[in-house]
Amino acid sequence: MRMLPVLSRLAWRYLWRNHRRTIIMLSAIVIGVWAMIFMTALTRGMVDQMIKDGISVMPGHVQVHNPRFLDDPSVTNRIAIGDEQLARKFDPAGFRAWASRVKVPAVITSERESRGVTLLGIDPAAEREFSFVSYDEVEGRFLEGVDDNGIVIGRKLAGTLDTEVGKRVVLMSQDPDNEIADRGFRVVGLFKANMPAFEEAYVFIGKKAAQKMLRIGDTTTEIVFLGDDYRNVEPTYETVSAVVDSTLEVRRWHEVDTYLGTMMKVMDGFVLIWVVVIFLALSFGLVNTLVMAVFERVREIGLMLALGMKPASILGQIIIESMMLLAVGLAIGDLLAWATIQPLQDGIDISVVAEGMEMMGASSVLYPKLYWNDMLLANVVVLILGFLASLSPAWRASRYEPVEAIAKVG
Amino acid sequence: MNIVLRLAWRNLWRQPRRTWLTIGAMVFSNTLLVFMISLQFGMYGLMIDNTLQVFTGHMQVQAPGYKDDQKMRQTIADIVPLAAKLREEFQSSNVAARSWAFGLASSDERSFGIGIFGVEPDFEPQVSNIPGLVKEGRYLRENDDTEIVIGSVLARNLRVALGDEITILGSGRDGSFAAAVFNVVGIFESGVSDIDRNFAEIPLALFEDVFYMDGAGHQVVISAATLDAAELLQPRVAAALPAGSKLAVHSWDVLQPGLKQAIQADMSSAFFMYGVLVILVAFSVLNTQLMSVLERTHEFGIVLSLGLKAGRLGRLIMLETALMGVIGLVLGAIAGAIFTSWFTTNGLSIPGMEEMAANFNLPARIYPQVTPWTMIAGPLVVFAFTLLAAAYPALRLHRLHPVEAMRAN
Repeated sequence: MRMLPVLSRLAWRYLWRNHRRTIIMLSAIVIGVWAMIFMTALTRGMVDQMIKDGISVMPGHVQVHNPRFLDDPSVTNRIAIGDEQLARKFDPAGFRAWASRVKVPAVITSERESRGVTLLGIDPAAEREFSFVSYDEVEGRFLEGVDDNGIVIGRKLAGTLDTEVGKRVVLMSQDPDNEIADRGFRVVGLFKANMPAFEEAYVFIGKKAAQKMLRIGDTTTEIVFLGDDYRNVEPTYETVSAVVDSTLEVRRWHEVDTYLGTMMKVMDGFVLIWVVVIFLALSFGLVNTLVMAVFERVREIGLMLALGMKPASILGQIIIESMMLLAVGLAIGDLLAWATIQPLQDGIDISVVAEGMEMMGASSVLYPKLYWNDMLLANVVVLILGFLASLSPAWRASRYEPVEAIAKVG
Repeated sequence: MNIVLRLAWRNLWRQPRRTWLTIGAMVFSNTLLVFMISLQFGMYGLMIDNTLQVFTGHMQVQAPGYKDDQKMRQTIADIVPLAAKLREEFQSSNVAARSWAFGLASSDERSFGIGIFGVEPDFEPQVSNIPGLVKEGRYLRENDDTEIVIGSVLARNLRVALGDEITILGSGRDGSFAAAVFNVVGIFESGVSDIDRNFAEIPLALFEDVFYMDGAGHQVVISAATLDAAELLQPRVAAALPAGSKLAVHSWDVLQPGLKQAIQADMSSAFFMYGVLVILVAFSVLNTQLMSVLERTHEFGIVLSLGLKAGRLGRLIMLETALMGVIGLVLGAIAGAIFTSWFTTNGLSIPGMEEMAANFNLPARIYPQVTPWTMIAGPLVVFAFTLLAAAYPALRLHRLHPVEAMRAN
């Protein structure tokens, strides 16, 4: 251990003896590290956005249904507990936000066309935290309360239905007795969503208006909760489960939307594979550089051994040399990645492939997201694998027979 | 020439370990590239086929504007004769006329809004895989007059079984009220819940009656043997349409813009990854060749002073690199092909990916296919960059002064 400062100085000097080779290897490491982190940040950003969009669209972090509702989405399978009672249960529990809503399939008809939609009867005040609607971009106005008599539909749907703000449409669904329940509404607002498909799929009316139209008193079909972090929904799940009884089904968002759930899991695997693959591509050059570095100073190594330096110190010195090279490469690579990601934080517009991104469930603006964890993972993986890769050349160097090595013509 | 080649070959093996390590980097990247490109393009093919064979076909004839709005009144007049004419013209049965309407489907207990296709029962199986996916009962026949085929999730949601009745309410082409009662004769199951939940099919003749179509329809679907054949077919279809008609022929990538763009988005991220791999290999080669030039400075000084031109020495370096590159290319392509073939027979499935795969209409287990193209494309690019990387050390020789060079070392 006492040798460490000396060995480090030696290693550092050796590194710059052939500065051209070191710089080329360094550039390769920097590019590799940059690519690892940059690519990871891009994909992370995409998946994050997908999940955020996805969660805000419907599920919240945790949701509660009548267990039969998912297979048979009808008001018959609603939540039998009224809103007042729900408020008594959930208000004191201290969620970031919660809301109960009427969510059922419906048919919307204008003077010209009809389409199938999902009807959402909501309390606009309670839903502010959830909705995917960008409130500032609503043409006309959004709903103002549970009693609002208007309807807010997506821009795209308005186009298909040939309707506009101020015109009337008819909503049709079913009441609990399987009778057709319908009512006319005036279109008061057109909303815009990140993904055009949402603009076609959902329409909003006031919760009270929906309950009255469907004749379901003050009951609803879905309750949603938001916790603090979508990556860890367990606390919210526990709290909700403790409050509701077993007649209701409580589910986490990744159980509701298994696609997004898997996406998040696959992402973690992807980051690791990507980092390892890049490292392997780098490792050939790294080992090569070390082999060369050892080869061109066989005589010196022989001399050092002859003078009494321990083989372990030779081994240590080569490894330190390799680690220094990697550390410098990592430092520059990390910095470069940070410097290129930073200016892109406001989003990269990729709307040329908007509909393709939508098919993947992602929006057309990409927000790269640099996680310290990912960066740490890349750095640790590179250092550990780098250490392993340098073992072989270092080992060989320490095994030289002093006399033979000195005699070698370098 | 022969002697230069031999010289280059021998120079390569002066430092066998270094040469093998550099070739190793190439082989590693090439193997990976062959595998990933085979997998990637295999997946694109599957995605396209699986998506198009549901409803879209390779191209469709539609009224202008129908693609974007799908409005009831954007129709093609006399659609059945038009489809028959196209079939005759191309000697192909992969042409089918269709109409589409939105309606409220009700059973005794439930009502849901769904899309209703009017199809030609004899020809629909040639352009869509839905007829083949009927799991219960049978598909439609030409002379059916109250029959309907629905998706399995819809059947469950409506709580109906074979033989039960369904009422459909909607509006006809002229905006008037349309309603009819149908018998469920078949239930199809595609495995994609959006399709199984949202669609029903009835014979086109019946559709015309119920929705007052007056001989008009919405789309003529055409399938070709392959995507390439479809591309050639499209202008011929356009030419075969009645003169003066405003009808449009849309190819699959226009009908399903999401599909093509998803592929493009995926391709650009894949190419970024490939690019990084290739550049790393290039650096590896650059390093090796530069070292090998530097350590021969003395020797180069001698041959230069003996009258050899720097240009020839440069070509020698390029030749050495090319030899190395060829070994890397051949070994890499072979290794990649062997590696990929293992998955061709055994299939590749990543646990937990089934849901993602289903989202893109892909099966859970994928069998990547090696084609000559996927086997050679990646390695060729690596080879090209290898040569490019060696250009710097080769050109550097021009700056070498014989006397100074001889003093080196």
